[in-house]
Amino acid sequence: MSEVGEVLAERVFWIDREMLKRYADASGDQNPIHQDEAFAKSVGLPDVIAHGMLTMALVGKYVSDWGGGSRTVKEFSARFVKPVIVPSGEKVDLTVSATVSELVEGCARLTISATSKGVKVLGMAKALVAF
Amino acid sequence: MLNPDSVGRTFHGAKPVSVTQSEISAFAEVIGESDFSVAPPTFSIRLTLEQSQAILSDPEVGLDWSRVVHGDQKFEIHRPIVAGDVFVTSATIESHKVLAGNEIVTVRSDLHSTGDLVLSSWSTLVVRA
Repeated sequence: MSEVGEVLAERVFWIDREMLKRYADASGDQNPIHQDEAFAKSVGLPDVIAHGMLTMALVGKYVSDWGGGSRTVKEFSARFVKPVIVPSGEKVDLTVSATVSELVEGCARLTISATSKGVKVLGMAKALVAF
Repeated sequence: MLNPDSVGRTFHGAKPVSVTQSEISAFAEVIGESDFSVAPPTFSIRLTLEQSQAILSDPEVGLDWSRVVHGDQKFEIHRPIVAGDVFVTSATIESHKVLAGNEIVTVRSDLHSTGDLVLSSWSTLVVRA
């Protein structure tokens, strides 16, 4: 039984360029800032960046695993505060943790933290999960 | 700059959107989800983002999509999406404001199946000055 204040185990997802390509194909978002280094730099980015929605999808996986599957997630929201920068040939971390902040009618509201290389990438990240 | 008259307008998808098992499986695989029986929580972005882009880029609405950055995102999921779902889609421009020269637009997308609301999502898009 969950209670308010429960801290969920931290988990690390690893993101590389190959994952960005696969996510682009699966989501339909082929914006070149997520695949083409020269293009990304030409628009002022430090390097290729991950799709914010890929970051959110991985956090969604973290949340739904805790709830017991994709069908348990009722609400999910986040603000994209900093990009996850994905240099060529590297695997960069997405480190996720969460706390139970409220219990409502068979659901837990989670307050989520997501960082990459120690930098907060999602703000105000929350989910409502049935358990 | 977004045409202020478009705030509050709802745009309806030209045709229903069908969901296939291979689309759900491909999306799930990327994030390491092995249960393909329902779509992952953020899957619906595949169904709605393109429509939002088409609506906002319409000359009558006037948003410059080439300078859009995704600001935030929210989903309310009334039941999980499954293969075989056919959705009637709509998108509503809920708000528009200008902050320090950047335009901030919130678009709500709704997916209905046989009259029932299955999912709503809100995308806040920032058009950089």
